[in-house]
Amino acid sequence: MQNRFKPTSRALAASAAILIAAGSAAACGGARAGDETAAAESCVDTSGDTIKVGALNSLSGTMAISETTVNDAIHLAVDEINAAGGVMDKQIELVDEDGASEPTVFAEKAEKLIREDCVASVFGGWTSASRKAMLPVFEDNDSLLYYPVQYEGLEASENIFYTGATTNQQIIPALDYLAETGVKSIYLVGSDYVFPRTANAIINAYAAAHDIEVLGEDYVQLGGVDFSTIVQQVNASGADAVFNTLNGDSNVAFFREYSNVGLTAEEMPVMSVSIAEEEVGGIGVENIEGQLAAWNYYQTVESDVNSTFVEAFKAAYGADRVTSDPMEAAYNSVYLWAATVEKAESFAVADIQANADGVSFESPEGTVVIDGDNHHVAKTARIGEIQSDGLLYTVWESEGPIEPDPFLEGYDWAADLTVTE
Amino acid sequence: MSAVSKFFQSKFGIWSGFAGAAVALFGIMPLLLSGFRLGLFAQFLCYAIVAVGIGLAWGRGGMLTLGQGVYFGMGAYLMAMHLKMADAEFRNGPGAVPDFMELAGIRSLPAYWAPFASPVFTIAAILILPTAFAVLLGLAVFKRRVKGAYFAILSQALAGAFAILLIGQQSLGGFNGISRFQYFFGYTINDPVNQQMLYFIVAAVLLAVVALSLQLRRSRYGELLVAVRDSEERVRFLGYDSANIKVVAYAVAALLASIAGALFVPVVGIISPASIGIVPSIMFILGVAIGGRASLLGPVIGALAVAWAQTTLSEQFPSAWTYAQGLLFIVVIALLPGGIASIPALAKRFRFKNNAEAVEATA
Repeated sequence: MQNRFKPTSRALAASAAILIAAGSAAACGGARAGDETAAAESCVDTSGDTIKVGALNSLSGTMAISETTVNDAIHLAVDEINAAGGVMDKQIELVDEDGASEPTVFAEKAEKLIREDCVASVFGGWTSASRKAMLPVFEDNDSLLYYPVQYEGLEASENIFYTGATTNQQIIPALDYLAETGVKSIYLVGSDYVFPRTANAIINAYAAAHDIEVLGEDYVQLGGVDFSTIVQQVNASGADAVFNTLNGDSNVAFFREYSNVGLTAEEMPVMSVSIAEEEVGGIGVENIEGQLAAWNYYQTVESDVNSTFVEAFKAAYGADRVTSDPMEAAYNSVYLWAATVEKAESFAVADIQANADGVSFESPEGTVVIDGDNHHVAKTARIGEIQSDGLLYTVWESEGPIEPDPFLEGYDWAADLTVTE
Repeated sequence: MSAVSKFFQSKFGIWSGFAGAAVALFGIMPLLLSGFRLGLFAQFLCYAIVAVGIGLAWGRGGMLTLGQGVYFGMGAYLMAMHLKMADAEFRNGPGAVPDFMELAGIRSLPAYWAPFASPVFTIAAILILPTAFAVLLGLAVFKRRVKGAYFAILSQALAGAFAILLIGQQSLGGFNGISRFQYFFGYTINDPVNQQMLYFIVAAVLLAVVALSLQLRRSRYGELLVAVRDSEERVRFLGYDSANIKVVAYAVAALLASIAGALFVPVVGIISPASIGIVPSIMFILGVAIGGRASLLGPVIGALAVAWAQTTLSEQFPSAWTYAQGLLFIVVIALLPGGIASIPALAKRFRFKNNAEAVEATA
């Protein structure tokens, strides 16, 4: 019997030897910290009649309900551009990948799109977690991501174009609106992750500088649905308004509880920054009618461009579908990319970066213009009220597009908030 | 016993098995796969290392460890903390605050981060912390004879609680987790040569871990572990403390998961609560179940097969792959309860049966 153990201890020794060999091989390996590494060679093929781009959205998992709508909007824009003759006379070929609501999958698929499919650019991402996961991939491989969702700001990567709102195009206008309507005290409710926490840090700084009292600040886990305690506290606080940065399903539970205890929009309005046309149906119009939201686009925006967009979307995906801000921002991002390519007369990343400044698009929300310095776009801010048909109607809008300021450098009261690199 | 399996249990067979695997992993794969695919394969190998541990604890020891994400996550976060400290130090000098903390509004380095500037401390922590935690938890649980479904529920709840705990920690990146690593022990991660080297390190660790598992299976301890799995009462009546036997297997599984997590971080470039909660923990178990939990290589094959199938299916059918994957699980579990590793044995039985029928027909 003793004999039987011998060969395996040798196997152990052998693999230990392999380990040491691998370790010592590593010692004479590649670049050390501080060495210049050559940027990865781009493998984008611009010789044919088509040009490949990627769409990376969560088509499965918890975010699928939101992100599939963005995917639809990207497809619509690509189809329209192709029907009109393509980009630089090339038809766009769209490669879909599923981010599966998981940051690691987003990183994996982004790398696959860049290195295996050799796409010229990628459109997609929704959560900040997915963007943070993809950012190093796009920087390391020197490729381009167009990110279509409003977010917490404090970021400006050379390799990302942010076509959704940053904080000074959504949260600050929402606060300005509340202040204008005479709100003197607010209560903050949010999901526990980076966007609500950053948003609330900004709100606290704003409130301190504008004589508004913050009566409470509560967070629940993402997806959390128990709001009895929080809503009781909100009710007891007697605040003039609630600022809601909850995300996803939590909104359903929050607004049901809110109307259950008898709170109404007249008594204590709720300003939300993550509730769009898609979400209203899930919450139930009766629970949320009259409440406020802050975005840059609503389906009801009155313009010829928007009615064409809404009609085209309904024709492609069904008359019962609605259009929302992130969808519109994703739709814009494809057009902005195409316009930049046409201006640069090149699909190369460096040429697009060099020519992006000032590129504009007559979008459903109005004119949007790329800022070449921070890669965000100038957008019009709009406060909307939810009405009984489940749609949002503009009650206030900014005078023209607001210049993006992701690090809030133009606001004295925000000086302590940001650390610029 | 067939000639093939006899060969692989002989002294020569084991050597040639390891040599063959080494040639495949170090020689053939790097030639066959592009840089991106090799990186992806390295990620799969990390899952395989976790699977070897589960094969030991569950396959041999009968403990359904539904919460290996906890130990995987511990190893991963400990490694991520070191990489972030090294990055910050390289950019802004010693004691600098990692970039994601600046965004979260944390201006001074939390005290518990400081020791992770040391690579030696980090590696020691990766090896010791999860193992020690598993030993303590194992003693508390197995000494009180918690087993079966109760143990499975407990370990799964632990994974859920751990993920929730991490989401609340802004100084560990919260929901977003930790990403954007530039250097791995002084080497630039974004360099093809170093990426291949990372793959070699992961592959070498996997071989070493399989050898460790083989050693344990063939030792006296391995026999005892199987005995505990099959009849814990009898082992106790024979005078052994069955709890101690289980604790060892559980702690080894935790150690392997932690090592895998630590390697996962530089390979994939991100760790977040989404990679370590309940769902990823179940995916670890699924791989092992599909490969064959009780065999030596079954867990490895299963983990690789599940990860490969997930990637390939989702690339081919981005919007419908989850259905295909679900179907695959049902088919394998319904038709192959012993997993992929049981195919040779099944084929043999099928041949025997046919032979027997042939004999009956001629009689």
